[in-house]
Amino acid sequence: MIRTHVLVCGGTGCTSSGSQAVQAAFTENIEAYGLSEEVKLVQTGCFGLCALGPVVIIYPEGTFYSRVTPEDVKEIVEEHLLKGRIVERLVYADTGAEEIVDKASVSLGDTAFYKTQKRIVLRNCGVIDPDSIDEYIAMDGYAALGKVLTEMTPEDVIKVVTDSGLRGRGGGGFPTGRKWALCAPNKAPQKYVVCNADEGDPGAFMDRSILEGDPHSIIEAMTICGYAIGATKGYVYVRAEYPIAVRRLQKAIDDANAYGLLGKNIFNSGFDFDLEIRLGAGAFVCGEETALMTSIEGNRGEPRPRPPYPAVKGLYNSPTVENNVETFANIPQIILNGVEWFTSMGTEKSKGTKVFALGGKIEHTGLVEIPMGTTLREIVYDIGGGIPDGKQFKAAQTGGPSGGCIPASLIDTEVDYDNLTAIGCMMGSGGLIVMDEDTCMVDMAKFFLEFTVDESCGKCTPCRVGTKRLLELLDKITDGKGTLEDIDKLENLCNYIKANSLCGLGQTAPNPVLATLKFFREEYIAHVVDKKCPAGVCKNLLSFTIDKDKCIGCGKCAKNCPVDTIVKTDYVAPGHKLASYSIEQAKCIKCGACMSGCKFGAIIKK
Amino acid sequence: MKSLAELKAIKDRMKDKVVLREGTGNVRVVVGMATCGIAAGARPVLNAFVEAVNKEGLTDKVTVTQTGCVGLCQLEPLVEIYEAGKEKVTYIKMTAEKAQTVVEKHLKGGNIVTEFTVAEAK
Repeated sequence: MIRTHVLVCGGTGCTSSGSQAVQAAFTENIEAYGLSEEVKLVQTGCFGLCALGPVVIIYPEGTFYSRVTPEDVKEIVEEHLLKGRIVERLVYADTGAEEIVDKASVSLGDTAFYKTQKRIVLRNCGVIDPDSIDEYIAMDGYAALGKVLTEMTPEDVIKVVTDSGLRGRGGGGFPTGRKWALCAPNKAPQKYVVCNADEGDPGAFMDRSILEGDPHSIIEAMTICGYAIGATKGYVYVRAEYPIAVRRLQKAIDDANAYGLLGKNIFNSGFDFDLEIRLGAGAFVCGEETALMTSIEGNRGEPRPRPPYPAVKGLYNSPTVENNVETFANIPQIILNGVEWFTSMGTEKSKGTKVFALGGKIEHTGLVEIPMGTTLREIVYDIGGGIPDGKQFKAAQTGGPSGGCIPASLIDTEVDYDNLTAIGCMMGSGGLIVMDEDTCMVDMAKFFLEFTVDESCGKCTPCRVGTKRLLELLDKITDGKGTLEDIDKLENLCNYIKANSLCGLGQTAPNPVLATLKFFREEYIAHVVDKKCPAGVCKNLLSFTIDKDKCIGCGKCAKNCPVDTIVKTDYVAPGHKLASYSIEQAKCIKCGACMSGCKFGAIIKK
Repeated sequence: MKSLAELKAIKDRMKDKVVLREGTGNVRVVVGMATCGIAAGARPVLNAFVEAVNKEGLTDKVTVTQTGCVGLCQLEPLVEIYEAGKEKVTYIKMTAEKAQTVVEKHLKGGNIVTEFTVAEAK
């Protein structure tokens, strides 16, 4: 009889920090100690605290072990599983404000990282074995589909989704219920449901984690959507760069087919639904809905003008509903728990929760789900654990290359669709990159522009040429060759590209520039007028000098310098025996090698 | 899958297998599993509890877990039962058979098996 479950995270984050080896060590040790009959080992999806991986949770205690190495496993098995003594040195027990009396008694749910979260979409991630359809069913899986097919009409389903106020989690925020209602009445021999899992924003991995941790929730939701709009065929368009997600989703589809939860006459209702995976080849633009459909059709992934909207003419020119992974993951829960339950969470116009992938200069890199309306301060400091090394929070970037940034002055903004739009930012799909005082905002805008220039599909001129010209202007500014007119030109060009591009990629590509111009204009001006980069990032505006009184004359910097630009002077500082060194500015390539080698803090970067 | 009943059957069959991870039990049965406890025979006691709780269908209510040395080594195997709002009950010198009785009378019936408790031993 099983008394203990050992859950090892098999998400992409923990897999890359070595969770496979940890799992193998558990298998070996559990057997060696003769515990196979009492202890069950389960591989799960992402727990969320990727920075602390590989993570292991042991139930029923809920003990949360972080950064477990294969060498630690023997100790956990011998102490915890065999003798019931929790291995305190491996327990992650950051509970925030509360003082910890007994580290061993802290369970997962007590930690500051989890306490503030509200897990709906991620409820099964890190709890069930994603490869087991039975475990999903045990957690009320497919109950929503059963309810829909046996008790509800398609109109009922659409009404529930509409009343719930659920909005598209891919970034646009379009009401999901309205999207379904627009498609439902359109008559056609074949209609389609498409799931957009082409998560392309740098730093975003919400959808990947859902597909890896709870793939059946997407299958169930898409089938429900198919019933509501009268579609019998669905496609999940997922990036080929997500091999674990693709493998688990395919296994989930096969299992659902074997159980008759996909296929013909589901729940004896007469409703048929088929689901297939289509792999994306890595083009960012294919995350745009019309380009995605073009790609599924087997053509080069390029967007097409709307209208006609996909609800009328989508995939193969047939009426189609396309939703994002996270949007779909909400559906079964809304059906099961009802509209009132869902609308009790969130703000007036943004209901429910949102998943964010926390990244950048933050302690707890990972995946969090919070109710809409949580302030950015709570996300960064309470859940995220704050900024490392005592640095100052400068801004948070949301929405990736299509998004903007929230400056420190607005850190108490309640995060929802409308508040973020109001301050010139956007919710985006959920990537949240935290920046500290050492980040140059012009350089950050340049980074995202480089990305969009690479990823522009080239179909329309404002995007193809415009983003390239924007990048050139930014290069000019960070090289110290910009003028004040360039800043005006930059702003005008941004607005032009926004107004005239064909699809979402181009329309939002200037956002990182516009947002940084709005909140950090003085940094642009510093680059242009003072020829200085206040954060000390833009190389061409930096100069390295040696404080001649601090320099002891050891000569290490001169040895480190790859271009031999550091020479001995004839000045000997008071109290020192050797002559100090100095840097010849004309030859300096600003690599910083001198600075990283100096033990005496004599090299100044300005 | 042709009916809701089939789905429910799978759910019922699986529920016991995942309920451990919810930590929902109001009642916690804690078995002392330090070296002293194991030497005195705590492992069969722990397993007996897990099996009996499952057999009686109490998994929603009762969580069986283990702990280290409680300090009363001469009275091991030792089992403590915690229930919200009630005083902790400590059973001593437990055996697999006694565990069976405790599950039936205490956990299911709600009556403390006083002859096994530490209070009685004093």
